[in-house]
Amino acid sequence: MTRVTINGKSQNVDLPEDTPLLWALRDYLGLTGTKFGCGMALCGACTVHVDGQPVRSCSTPISAVAGKKVTTIEAIGTDKVGHAVQAAWIDVNVPQCGYCQAGKIMSATALLKRTPHPTDAEVDEAMSGNICRCGTYARIRTAIAQAAAHQGGTKS
Amino acid sequence: MSAAEERMQTTEDGSLDRSLVLANVSRRRFLHVSALGTFVLAAGFSSTARAQDAPKKYGADGMPNGWVDDPAVFVSIGEDGIVKIVCHRSEMGQGVRTGMPLIVAEELEADWKRVRVVQAPGDEKRYGNQDTDGSRSTRHFLTPMRRCGAAARTMLEAAAAAQWKVPVTEVEARNHEVVHKPTGRRLGYGALAKAAAKQPVPSRDSVKLKDPSKFRYIGTGQIKLVDGPDIATGKAQYGIDTRLDGQLYAVVARPPVFGGKATNVDDAEALKVPGVLKVVTIEQTPLPAEFNPLGGVGVVATNTWAAMQGRKALKITWDDGPNASYDSVSYKASLEESARKPGKVVRNDGDFDKAAAGAAKRIDAEYYVPHLAHATMEAPAATVRIANGKCEVWGPFQSPQAARDRVAKRLGMSADDVTVHVTLLGGGFGRKSKPDFAIEAAVLSKAMGGKPVKVTWTREDDLHNSYLHTVSVEHLEAGVDGRGAPVAWLHRSVAPTIISTFNAAANQEAPFELGMGVINVPFAIQNVRIENPPATAHTRIGWFRSVSNIPHAFAVQSFVAELAAAAGRDQKDFLLEVIGPPRVFSPLMVGDTWNHGENPERYPVDTGRLRRVVEIAARAADWGRQMPKGHGLGIAAHYSFVTYVAAVAEVAVDDKGQLTIPRVDIAVDCGASVNPDRVRSQMEGACVMGIGLALLGEISFKNGRVEQDNFHAYQVARMPNAPRVTRVHIIPGDYDKPLGGVGEPGVPPIAPAICNAIFAATGKRIRRLPIGEQLKV
Repeated sequence: MTRVTINGKSQNVDLPEDTPLLWALRDYLGLTGTKFGCGMALCGACTVHVDGQPVRSCSTPISAVAGKKVTTIEAIGTDKVGHAVQAAWIDVNVPQCGYCQAGKIMSATALLKRTPHPTDAEVDEAMSGNICRCGTYARIRTAIAQAAAHQGGTKS
Repeated sequence: MSAAEERMQTTEDGSLDRSLVLANVSRRRFLHVSALGTFVLAAGFSSTARAQDAPKKYGADGMPNGWVDDPAVFVSIGEDGIVKIVCHRSEMGQGVRTGMPLIVAEELEADWKRVRVVQAPGDEKRYGNQDTDGSRSTRHFLTPMRRCGAAARTMLEAAAAAQWKVPVTEVEARNHEVVHKPTGRRLGYGALAKAAAKQPVPSRDSVKLKDPSKFRYIGTGQIKLVDGPDIATGKAQYGIDTRLDGQLYAVVARPPVFGGKATNVDDAEALKVPGVLKVVTIEQTPLPAEFNPLGGVGVVATNTWAAMQGRKALKITWDDGPNASYDSVSYKASLEESARKPGKVVRNDGDFDKAAAGAAKRIDAEYYVPHLAHATMEAPAATVRIANGKCEVWGPFQSPQAARDRVAKRLGMSADDVTVHVTLLGGGFGRKSKPDFAIEAAVLSKAMGGKPVKVTWTREDDLHNSYLHTVSVEHLEAGVDGRGAPVAWLHRSVAPTIISTFNAAANQEAPFELGMGVINVPFAIQNVRIENPPATAHTRIGWFRSVSNIPHAFAVQSFVAELAAAAGRDQKDFLLEVIGPPRVFSPLMVGDTWNHGENPERYPVDTGRLRRVVEIAARAADWGRQMPKGHGLGIAAHYSFVTYVAAVAEVAVDDKGQLTIPRVDIAVDCGASVNPDRVRSQMEGACVMGIGLALLGEISFKNGRVEQDNFHAYQVARMPNAPRVTRVHIIPGDYDKPLGGVGEPGVPPIAPAICNAIFAATGKRIRRLPIGEQLKV
């Protein structure tokens, strides 16, 4: 039994402790917004925040998040930056199939919380671990710039 | 309530929506009339009635179950004024769940904010063809959906006129209400819903479509995606997200070699894994592969991770079967050997041999494109539940009717007893046209007494057991005159055919593959010979976004640039010269009997349109501009899915051979656009996918097995690979003229445009994809 705070709520997860956080979220807790893409931390679809840091949940055992605060796409909108990122994503019509976008939004939110005014190179660097097979990268750049601007920042 | 009605009211998440007052009496009458056997409701609003008309059917008429434009099938209006519009095509990123209902809403004069989209289950008798592939949805359904919306609008107007007891000519539907023009009286759609449903569906010929100049939504490009908010907040439901009461989770160990099977399974350790419930053998189906599961061993557990751990603990002895020695290195050599010998002649204009013999110069080149995997971000996943003689399937299907029929067949049930709920697709690209994964879930659910079982494919499963893009060698020879212009053109295309998936003995490209840019090169060259030597498939070959256009366009557009270079000419000017003057001719003139399924008279080849996209892309990219050292511009144009696309790529190659692509300009002529924003996004995405396959993508085999396990080995484009600037130039079109496709035709010109730009930048000619390390110094 592992005790984790998921989206502000303390939860018991009754799974073997080597179970990846991804599957605990999806199958045990029913939070399917976090996606399975590769299982090897190669594609970023499963990105969540653990104590505010972006983490690939497919390769993070639940034992590693015991007692920590996990935030998923379902709750990132309660964060001011997360909300701005989601709003920009909708406004720019970023998604095509949309499957990878939860992970993208989590990575972008983490970036803007860390670096409110990222350069183009910093955006590419921060997002390079997130694959979008539909190829929405150009709009992701636009949406991140828009979200950054809406926080009162401008792109340097 | 009949099963059909139940399906009609099924929402995207599969639950029955009983809350809405469906005031559409006409729909009930439709079902009633159908039950009496007179399927042709109200003035023949069914394509079935037209079946006998023409000897050869094209376009939507030629697709299984054709098209339906009955408003009773697609539109329902609640007394609360909410308009529900059914989308019968699958959403995989192309924006069809926004675009298709938008067409209906436009003609219906509905307020888009009060429209809700309902995803249709797999039921082609009711909705018409649902195969979401071939870049066909808007092309085939713009007109039927316009008529559908217009018919519903006419019924609302008639109902209002009847209520006011005024001539129908005095009323007009405007933005979700009907207005009595002389008095200004108004009735909302909600208030009219019940009465409108009692109105007869107007005859197809009498329905008046809007003047496109009055469109409020179509063509504006100002429409937000209907699924955008759900996607951005994690609420969107994909196939892998299905959760049902009592659901179990499964993965399958499949034969590592196509055609192999398990000869011994030791599941003792697997069954000890906490959460593993059962190990189930899935019988291999005899060849051809079709849409059948590959067979193997399913592990059913209480969660996905437990199932994966159980699978890891299985000890399976495989008989690899006849493809055990499939090896990409030796296969490439065998394709090259075939390509250097005469093959089946599929087009022969003039006399290639004579013209080539008399040419001032001979030039030849060979191009290679490897297998590719779709690698949809959502790997295949499906859930099946069997109860009380009925089967329900949830999944991301491009061909929901095929999923329904194939699951029914495997379970020995009637398709009438199988319901297929279509979720969002986390990418499709052709992979999810094949419902093999649904059949796996059905077999496992049956083995578990009908309990809901979700089968999830891992990325490794997806890469190892896909329906891959073919692998090909394209051999080109040209004879050129004293100015360097081609007078003789020979193209031998050698590639295992998709037909081999349906007929194991097939070893020639089918007309639909040849018609993807090899047989139908539209060039002004007198002597053309196209040959197709045989190639045997050793894996499942399937459709991959833009299909055979990828290798054909890569070869043809690279070769034209090679001829230009040999002639010392500007690449763009030379390309235009090879295309020749603007002319319109039947695809049959160039041996293309397929023409993407379209009528050759409605969809002739138009070299003027091809020239125009070349010219527009070149102008937009400022073709001919001075380039910094290591930079180069390349151009390529291709006609596919009855759409014309040209791309200009700017590349930069540094002194270490590191390649970047700062900018791509794309010009597309697909006729008129319903949602230009999605045309644009499809071109942007096609550009990135084209970059991925040009730079990185390769699936290879050794000892019959795919060598790439995951994204570290099968690389796809990431953000740093995407151009900093991508500009899409959409040629405006006429809504009364035939539309072209959009989802696929953006892909083919990208790789040759990049490789032509690399040549301009470095003098190095790339003839083998992916580019990989070929530029490294």
